[in-house]
Amino acid sequence: MNWITSLLLFLVMWLTVFASTQFAPLAGWVGVPLSLVPGLIVYAALTNHLLLTTGLCVFAGLGLDALSANRLGVSVMPLFLAGFFIQHRRHLILREQAYAQFWLGFATAVFAPVATLMIMSLGQREPLHGWSTVWQLALSGGINGLLCPAWFLLFDALRRTFDYQPVAESSFRADRQIKRGRL
Amino acid sequence: MLKRAHYWALGIVTVLTLLLLNLPPSAAGRLKLAVSGVFLPLFGLAGSGQSFVDRASYSLLTRRTLISEVERLQQENGQLRLTATQAQDAMNENARLRAMLGWQPKNPWKRHPAHIVGREPTTWWRSVTIDFGARDGAQINQPVITNDGLVGRIRAVGPTHSEVALIGDPECGVSAIVAETRDNGVIQEARSSAVGDGHVTFRTLQNSVNMMAGHHVLTSGLGGIFPKGIPVGQIADARTVEGGLYTEARLRLAANLNRLEEVWVLVP
Repeated sequence: MNWITSLLLFLVMWLTVFASTQFAPLAGWVGVPLSLVPGLIVYAALTNHLLLTTGLCVFAGLGLDALSANRLGVSVMPLFLAGFFIQHRRHLILREQAYAQFWLGFATAVFAPVATLMIMSLGQREPLHGWSTVWQLALSGGINGLLCPAWFLLFDALRRTFDYQPVAESSFRADRQIKRGRL
Repeated sequence: MLKRAHYWALGIVTVLTLLLLNLPPSAAGRLKLAVSGVFLPLFGLAGSGQSFVDRASYSLLTRRTLISEVERLQQENGQLRLTATQAQDAMNENARLRAMLGWQPKNPWKRHPAHIVGREPTTWWRSVTIDFGARDGAQINQPVITNDGLVGRIRAVGPTHSEVALIGDPECGVSAIVAETRDNGVIQEARSSAVGDGHVTFRTLQNSVNMMAGHHVLTSGLGGIFPKGIPVGQIADARTVEGGLYTEARLRLAANLNRLEEVWVLVP
């Protein structure tokens, strides 16, 4: 991945973090604010090096906290841990398979909010949570799981557009062919 | 097996998180504002896009619809003028009586309009972002209302935007009174109803046997943040709790917090 696609990844993350504050009609309908960040973290962790994954997790965590009522920094560690674990174990993951991408997106979208809630519960401000939180996590997990393969399709298309593509040279040369026939 | 780079990344992020979480509240607030500044161009873009869509939708309205709307508004305006004149008379009378009794004069609150430009991206707080910041005169704890009723209070102020804690958020307790029975109580959020379904919990300070479904709840003016008499909602149902010591009621909010678009900020 070259610097243009890395920059695009940050740009899409910037838009995604902002978009999570703008889904008012949809969020009002399903009763859950929707964040598409976890799916993007999964994509970054499966396809990029550790430095970029870490930078993206920190950027997304700080952005989400700045645009919400969270204490600044509380979302950074859960997102990083999810990205870190996937990045570290990606050689064992069938990352090209859509079902693997779905379950990773689902798991990250469930893990990150639960870990954030646990960190926040240690502080003075107790967040709102209850049985309905389970519904919210399931829905958010499902959406991020479905979206995760879509992120792969999008960024693979961008990579094909912007990355250097080596020309596959054929071994065929017309002047080296053995000509058979009558002498 | 972790490589050296993994240890470094883990260490750096851990230290960064600990540093951020242990910042003093004022420094954390300033840093949060600085980070949210990265998203300001997008807020501007979203606002322009919304106004463009609104204008485009206006152009689709037919002439007949516009004329009937103007007639309806003219009628409503006439009625409101009459009500405003009567209210002004009552206010003048109230001011004279207050002066005769030697009470402090009551200053009316000014209303500043604001648009909702962002919503809480998490499910565990209830807040919105409005395009009314410090440069417009926003200050922490100013009440926010709609034409239907109370919405919340300003929790944090930025140069061009403010964060509003909505009713039901743990940081937005409201002291309220039942209009019909004059029972005092506080509005708080039940932990199990994190999904915003338009209801909050209202608990009276003593057991109230007269409180019934349909009764109106208003702000009581206690606490010094919300002025007295702002509609909050209607009682949906009530029950006695803690061995008959208190009455707890589900309160259907007057303002629909899931459909907020424009609000008023009350400035003293």
